[in-house]
Amino acid sequence: MGYLDGFRITLQQMWGDRVTNVYPDVKRPKPDRFHGRHVLNRYEDGMEKCIGCELCAGVCPARCIYVRGADNPPDEPVSPGERYGFVYEINYLRCIHCDLCVEACPTEAITESKLFEFSFTDRQDAIYTKAELVVGDDGHPQKLPWEDWRAGDETNTSAWVRATAPSGSAAFEGKVGWSGELGFGVRAPEKGQTAASDQAPAAASAPEAKKKAR
Amino acid sequence: MGDPLYADGINAAVLLIVAAKVLVVFAFLMVSVLFMVWFERKVISDMQSRIGPDRAGPWGLLQTLADGIKLFFKEDLLPDQADRRIFHLAPYLSIVPAFAAFAVVPFGGTISIAGHHTQLQLADPPVGVLFLLAMSSIAVYGVMLAGWASGSKYPLLGSVRASAQMVSYEAAMSLAVAAAVLAAGSLSTRDIVIAQEGYRWNLWVLGVVPFVIYLIAATAETNRPPFDLVEAEQELVGGFHTEYSSISFALFFLAEFMNTVTVSAVAVTLFLGGPNGPHIGFLPDLWPVVWFLGKLLCFLFVYVWFRATLPRFRYDQLMDLGWKKLIPLALYWLLLIAALRIGRDQGWNAGIVLAVGVAVGAVAWAALGAALRQGETVKAAA
Repeated sequence: MGYLDGFRITLQQMWGDRVTNVYPDVKRPKPDRFHGRHVLNRYEDGMEKCIGCELCAGVCPARCIYVRGADNPPDEPVSPGERYGFVYEINYLRCIHCDLCVEACPTEAITESKLFEFSFTDRQDAIYTKAELVVGDDGHPQKLPWEDWRAGDETNTSAWVRATAPSGSAAFEGKVGWSGELGFGVRAPEKGQTAASDQAPAAASAPEAKKKAR
Repeated sequence: MGDPLYADGINAAVLLIVAAKVLVVFAFLMVSVLFMVWFERKVISDMQSRIGPDRAGPWGLLQTLADGIKLFFKEDLLPDQADRRIFHLAPYLSIVPAFAAFAVVPFGGTISIAGHHTQLQLADPPVGVLFLLAMSSIAVYGVMLAGWASGSKYPLLGSVRASAQMVSYEAAMSLAVAAAVLAAGSLSTRDIVIAQEGYRWNLWVLGVVPFVIYLIAATAETNRPPFDLVEAEQELVGGFHTEYSSISFALFFLAEFMNTVTVSAVAVTLFLGGPNGPHIGFLPDLWPVVWFLGKLLCFLFVYVWFRATLPRFRYDQLMDLGWKKLIPLALYWLLLIAALRIGRDQGWNAGIVLAVGVAVGAVAWAALGAALRQGETVKAAA
């Protein structure tokens, strides 16, 4: 029927499934390598991983990281080794979440979590200092008043370490080449690229929620 | 005929009833616009596999109200180059005809209030249909002056398109309306409704053609998709109301949707028998209103359906459809109906009249086609 086919199709759509996610109520699972806000990790014994080398600040294309290193106090060291991150600030009004700081870090101190829902109302709040970035004693990122995340989100803090082996060589796939973290221990390697897609599973709960919203 | 309310002269009670009717119609239109915006967004999101507004109120019903309140608190901007007075006048020129046109639409039967009989219709002038056409012509001024007074290029282009489009399609629309007038033998909207009683709806009495022409022309007249070239976002930003903000913009927005409601109501009146419907003994005064609203809702749905389905016309396609197809067809159909009526009055054989009419139509169609082709060749040569 030429012209009228279109009308039939639009009418049929009225009874079809919805593709909308009811966002604040239902959140889609995030991809494994999602780039959210940073956390500063600690070793399993509670020591900070950051050694204040400033490589992250140097590589940052947005110049949003400010780091100052200092010598560890001999009787009360903050990190294993000689120096530690004395000042560590990230300005989230500038950060583009490119993850280059994470790539540059020699000790896996800085990683990106999957937390992205933070809306501050003050420029000062946009600058996360070391006090806010370092993970708490349970190894979880600290929840700031203007951040919105749900239970479970705090465990996805360092997916990057499970990425690929050095130089992308398949021989290193699945081999652990990183140190343990406070609260999580040594993280399991990410599955090979052949085994998993970037689309995390779940989505099972989504259709029910959609029906409710209608 | 006229409204029986004025039969015994005019006194305070009559004036009070008229004032009450004005208030009811005004409130109905405002609420219907709120509803229409919500309805359109909801239906179109259904057709696009989305959910649509669902945050404000149950099913997002209060979304339009929230948007309206937000608009009222925004800053009213005046462009540097604008013609101040006309710029502020234009939105009112848009909204007033939209309101006024609804006044002649009958939305129920005759009821009695405190001993006074009155029609459920704000006014029933003997020239009702003419009044409708006049109002839709005045609405063009609102759009045109808005674009002109903005002192800005996109609004001007939008308003030029709008006025050309509205003037073009008004001809086809008037011819389609004239067919309905011909069927009833009266310009009064109430008489047209009465003439359609007993399911002799103009929709089929006149053949479906005038109805379809009216539907298309009315869509163009209200600048709704697929004829929304006036505010084609990709080309003209917002079209004629680009420079408007705050209450002025809200008025344009209101007028646009109110026009949709009004045009649908007129279509129900002219072609679908207005408030006519099955008689039900329980609450006999209420049911005509229900039938009217039901038919209105069907129409509004069709408009939304158009919007969800059809892509926007190109400007030359729009003009071609209006001038080369709709107007000749509407004119031919009007003449055919007139011929059949005269034949009936004179006692001629209907079959022969119809055959002659069709033959004349075929010749006219061929002549028109030849003329159009000639025009194409001339244009191609030049």
